[in-house]
Amino acid sequence: MNGFTIATPAQVLAIDVRLPDLDYAAMAPMLVLFGAACLGVLVDAFAPRQSRHTIQFALSFIALTVALLAVIREARVGSRELTADVALAIDGPTLFLQGTLAVLGIVALLLVGERALEKGGPFVSQAAIPVGSEADRRQAREEGATEVFPLTLFALSGMMLFVAANDLLTMFVALEVFSLPLYLLCALARRRRLVSQEAALKYFLLGAFASAFFIFGMALLYGFAGTVSFGGIHDAALLATTSPLLLFTGLAMVAVGLLFKIAAVPFHVWTPDVYQGAPTSVTAFMAACTKVAAFGGLLRVLYVAFDRARWDIEPVIGTIAILTMLVGAILAVTQTDIKRLLAYSSIANAGYLLVGALAFSKEGLSSAMFYLAAYGFTVIAAFAVITLVRDDDGEATHLSRWAGLGREAPLVAGVFTFLMLAFAGIPLTSGFTSKFAVFGAALGVGEAWPVALVIVGVVTSMILAFPYLRVVVMMWLSEPAEQSPTVAIPGAFTSAALMVGVLATLLLGVFPSPVLDLADRAAEFIR
Amino acid sequence: MSLSAYVPILALFALATAFTLFSVGISQIVGPKRYNRAKLEAYECGIEPSPEPVGGGRFPVKFYLTAMLFIIFDIEIIFLYPWAVTFADLGLFGFVEMLLFIGTVFIAYAYVWRRGGLDWD
Repeated sequence: MNGFTIATPAQVLAIDVRLPDLDYAAMAPMLVLFGAACLGVLVDAFAPRQSRHTIQFALSFIALTVALLAVIREARVGSRELTADVALAIDGPTLFLQGTLAVLGIVALLLVGERALEKGGPFVSQAAIPVGSEADRRQAREEGATEVFPLTLFALSGMMLFVAANDLLTMFVALEVFSLPLYLLCALARRRRLVSQEAALKYFLLGAFASAFFIFGMALLYGFAGTVSFGGIHDAALLATTSPLLLFTGLAMVAVGLLFKIAAVPFHVWTPDVYQGAPTSVTAFMAACTKVAAFGGLLRVLYVAFDRARWDIEPVIGTIAILTMLVGAILAVTQTDIKRLLAYSSIANAGYLLVGALAFSKEGLSSAMFYLAAYGFTVIAAFAVITLVRDDDGEATHLSRWAGLGREAPLVAGVFTFLMLAFAGIPLTSGFTSKFAVFGAALGVGEAWPVALVIVGVVTSMILAFPYLRVVVMMWLSEPAEQSPTVAIPGAFTSAALMVGVLATLLLGVFPSPVLDLADRAAEFIR
Repeated sequence: MSLSAYVPILALFALATAFTLFSVGISQIVGPKRYNRAKLEAYECGIEPSPEPVGGGRFPVKFYLTAMLFIIFDIEIIFLYPWAVTFADLGLFGFVEMLLFIGTVFIAYAYVWRRGGLDWD
């Protein structure tokens, strides 16, 4: 045995410093959003209280627009590269999903910034104040927090990073960057404070639990591959001579973390409570943008790192997809609260997205990306309608309260009917074209699992049509209840968000080919 | 790499154990034992540990806030130290990166300061 020598600091530090190559243009969308969010924090610290809301909204809106333009610019240049020392992959799916996130983010921001519906806005200023205390009664009268804007921007920058992340470490950081603001946003609802706090706590605890799974899986995959980059894991799986035990255990644990975020069964239990308790504009944001981001990440992990393990993954994720569709659809039937109904519908939609993802083909990828964009618009518009139906206690979300709404407010009820038909997948809506695309992609593979998934998908779509149509029937054919809620006149922001959501749902249903083509051209990961 | 590289770690572990045993033991033997109420209570950052107030009760979070702020700077130091040691190698790029990092931390700090997070009462 040699005697050991203790390395001097100079020896330890005799490292070859290699600075990462950074393509700032490709990273611009994320940098802009992160910078604007930091600026937003300063605005909240230094700007006078009465002008904060205006400044914050304008800042966030401009930042998102600039980010969108930066994404479009990258897409026009046709960038396909790995940058930041292969930590980021700028490719078709990244740019498509980042663009989707920016647009959906703008629409959701309109709902977050709406203050016409409620005095002081839909948020309170401090999430942690105990319900029923003197301070709680005081803040109920005060103006709400404007921190929601920087938080939304932080979340969006994290989501954009998440869909671009090309290694597990970057992905984990992005996961936390977009999750932590969401936990906080959930707790800020002005009405039903206790439910809101409960939602945030549940989301946080379960989210932290899922993150722990993710990071443990990451450690195991590092043990297997000796690297955390997706390309490296792919190569290691290809060349592996050792037992793949670490690979599959690691993949399973990473998948738990990701499936939690997309709300797939059995990792879905948080969804109804969080969707119900969070402020409705935040629920809209989560239902649209979190789904896009989390699914983008999952698609990249499956298609880039684990495509060689496809045959081993398929039965497991396929079973999860079937369970997700069944549980989402069946439990949606029993719901009596409109927000919980949409939560279960969002669970079932995660199942449909998994059907597209499991096709493991270019068509599967492009159809899943199209589905994400189409579903995002519809779901934001649906939650925008929910913010309008109100009584003295805030939003009237119990389904029985919606009875006879068609008579009182035919326009709003008509819009909601259209959105419900879109969720149900009736032709001429984006719900039909997107479901058609994912099921078509799965059938195109022509193997047993995808076909089985499509059969379950069609059956559960029919089950799901029932709760949607029940709401429609209730609005138009039922007698109004004794004290029916009033439909608030939407402010300019909510009107704009509704208009964009409804128009996109209609256009993507009638004339989907431009966006389908775009998704098709974008549907190629680089490694 | 042979396992001998781990010998210093083992030695450190042994030293730490010995130091702990020695200092606990010696204070048992030579230390004065004059108890008062505060000394006998369990230590819990500003919370009355017992009796537990009904329904959880309210407790001041000031200590937590201070501790959290401390962690921000603590983590900053963790990154600052290796950066300072390799400053020459990292050059301008590293300098700007570190400025960005410190800037971000200070934005959070400015927010805490303006929002009264540093006021004790």
